[in-house]
Amino acid sequence: MEKRVTFSSWTIGILFAVPQLLLIFTFFYWPAGQAVYWSLTLQQPWGGGNIWVGLDNFRSILANADYWNSITASLVFAGISTGLAMFIALVLAALTDRQLAGSRLYRVVLIWPYGIAAPALALAFRFILAPEAGFLSAINRMWPGIWDPGLDGADAMASIIVAFSWKYVGYNFIFFLAAFQAIPRSLIEAAAMDGSGVIRRFWDIQFPLITPTIFFLLVINITESFQDSFGIVDIMTSGGPANATNLMVYKIYSDGFKGLDYSGAAAQSIILMLLIIVLTIFQFRFIERRVHYG
Amino acid sequence: MVERTPFLNFFTHLILFVGFVFCVAPFVVVAIAASHNLRDVNDVPMSLLPGSDFWVNIKTAWVTAGLGPKLLNSFIVAGGVAAGKVIISALTAFSIVYFRFPGRMFIFWLIFVTLMLPLEVRIVPTYAVVANVLSPYQAILDVTGLSWLIEKLSGVQVSLSLGLLNSYPGLILPLVATATGTFLYRQFFLTVPDELTEAARMDGAGPLRFFIDVLLPLSRNNMAALGTIMFLWAWNQYLWPLLITTDQSHAMAVTELKQLIPNVGGTPEWHIAMAGTLIVMLPPLLVVVLMQRWIVRGLIATEK
Repeated sequence: MEKRVTFSSWTIGILFAVPQLLLIFTFFYWPAGQAVYWSLTLQQPWGGGNIWVGLDNFRSILANADYWNSITASLVFAGISTGLAMFIALVLAALTDRQLAGSRLYRVVLIWPYGIAAPALALAFRFILAPEAGFLSAINRMWPGIWDPGLDGADAMASIIVAFSWKYVGYNFIFFLAAFQAIPRSLIEAAAMDGSGVIRRFWDIQFPLITPTIFFLLVINITESFQDSFGIVDIMTSGGPANATNLMVYKIYSDGFKGLDYSGAAAQSIILMLLIIVLTIFQFRFIERRVHYG
Repeated sequence: MVERTPFLNFFTHLILFVGFVFCVAPFVVVAIAASHNLRDVNDVPMSLLPGSDFWVNIKTAWVTAGLGPKLLNSFIVAGGVAAGKVIISALTAFSIVYFRFPGRMFIFWLIFVTLMLPLEVRIVPTYAVVANVLSPYQAILDVTGLSWLIEKLSGVQVSLSLGLLNSYPGLILPLVATATGTFLYRQFFLTVPDELTEAARMDGAGPLRFFIDVLLPLSRNNMAALGTIMFLWAWNQYLWPLLITTDQSHAMAVTELKQLIPNVGGTPEWHIAMAGTLIVMLPPLLVVVLMQRWIVRGLIATEK
């Protein structure tokens, strides 16, 4: 879609774009290029400058068991939390879309988690899921040691998945609700008059019409699970126990800023970038084929 | 729709009620824990009846984490990011939609690509840029030989340097440097009828006049939605402020929560931690409640 009527003084037009271009050059393209350059060099200690090492940084990272562990943890986290957050939000949105007493109240409250900062909800869930205090302590008293995110890797992973999914249920709910409300009532009423039941109508009419939203949210949720998880991991588990929750973005941070290994962290950033891009393309190619655009 | 489905309605209410509890429970638990004293909060299981120490705990958390100035910092940074995004995206979208110039599509793609790589994955080099924001320009001068030329001609050695660590611009600018808002405006500008532009031009209005007097007033809804979403997003930033504010005077509220995590040794002070969590949660929650309508509209618009 293009405008027919435009302004002829195109130098002024370019001037309007200059602030954004300066910003993205300085804080986006330059650092992104720098990441590529650093990943191919090794920073010498005591300021000896950079030496070119080609793909050595990538080789040493990919040979490191800790790194593969971090990839596996990230994929497990992304898969389970995205699945949970999308499924729960879809069910809740489909149900609030029906006109019942109290739907409006539900709609208002179910959006709340969207506004909460990841670290704040992480601290809240750290308390709620603490083995020795708060709620679950009672369960631990009945069956000692059954739940301990501080010692058990699976428990720790479950904790961060719960916290992340909680926030993204709120996020996904907004989009699903909007998608359901965009479906013309008359379409559903016509089907009802033809005698099809609620479940039949959901699968034959509503579900196909919201597949673009499902697809969009799938991409967003998976991408965010690789990035927005940082605050949750930092507050809840710090990557532990025994690296069980050392997700990729957290490992970049701890290797780069705590371990001062800029080259290694830059190489990991490049791999994470490629992974996100590959996953996005994969989703576009294989899932979008099943999406119905109205 | 009149349809008698009592069984289904019952199930709908049941599931929605569970969802309601699922969403509200953490807030309630945080608020109740924040009202207990040290002994009660560590009781097994914790009492669900509110205690009496709510205001004492709030005050302790407020003072311990120095939340007053940090909330102010959060407001400044979140407000700055929201304003920056709203203004810069509008300017760029105007440029892309209303002018025809060579390289227009190239600029469009330059901006579009920024949506793919969030700050988290280029965090290490971005940190280096903010430590000296002029380093990219120094590098350009060096590589093109310009700094050599200047030194030969004037004897002055060029070394540009401007550190933005521990500063508001350092906190704000890198967060503004992506294109989230540009496409929202672009979509909207494309729906503005051409007749309006023609009429404005016939009245002798130049591009700047048209932008300020016609386009911006029409995009009020977009601005409110984008501003709200960006405010929430910036308020909730964690990794970036954590890295670049080593000095407490520029720390944001969200990053201070880490100081409230109870130590392993001794009795954990969860009541104080939860009081602090509640304080930090509240401003964005209020924004969500007040601006709910705008958020939904804005998110729908970004999707398209």
